[in-house]
Amino acid sequence: MSPRAAWRLESLGFRDVYDYTAGKLDWMAAGLPTEGINAAVPRAGDLARKDVPTCSLDERLEEVRERVRARGWDTVVVVNEKRIVLGLLRARELEALGERSIEEAMRPGPSTFRPFVTAEEMARFMVEHRLESSPITTSEGGLLGLLFQKDVVEHMSGNKHGSR
Amino acid sequence: MPTSIDRQQLRALRDRGAQLVEVLPASEYEEDHLPGAISLPLRHIDREATRLLDRNRAVIVYCWDSA
Repeated sequence: MSPRAAWRLESLGFRDVYDYTAGKLDWMAAGLPTEGINAAVPRAGDLARKDVPTCSLDERLEEVRERVRARGWDTVVVVNEKRIVLGLLRARELEALGERSIEEAMRPGPSTFRPFVTAEEMARFMVEHRLESSPITTSEGGLLGLLFQKDVVEHMSGNKHGSR
Repeated sequence: MPTSIDRQQLRALRDRGAQLVEVLPASEYEEDHLPGAISLPLRHIDREATRLLDRNRAVIVYCWDSA
């Protein structure tokens, strides 16, 4: 639609016309702010924990486990140098014994969600699919944070109580 | 010929005063739009409607995605 709009503007005499082809989806998927009646609706990106620990494929599992636990976490997201999500290590994977590499221990290709998905949708999906946590990423796969089912469910529960 | 741009180029152009136009139906604009964008749905783009725009400044159009 926007290419046609751009050409139409040129046909009307506008000389300096640009087309942001990736559009509103790209903007919102990057977790950037919007205006409008939905701007105040809580979304996955608002509730995701931005301080989630990360590690790279070439780190040692034992060292990652110690670092993550020292920060009070039992989950770590495996990312590359561009913070693209490659895998997830939850408590069970972190507890793996022996000389396993991060690559061997991680859950590869975890389901990810965009930050503009509403908290209500996320709560429903995560409960139905028994999803304990999920990375929130840009459309390019860049990590924005980790959303916990308990956080989003508590938030929705709090909103319902608050609206009584 | 219109120039295709990405998010970073959009921000740079906005910083230089470009006008931002959402061409989706008005109902979609009302729900969510990029900060500072105006609504000018594709079907309503004509000589009269474009009086809202400054012809001496760059114009960036966008819709939902590239599809």
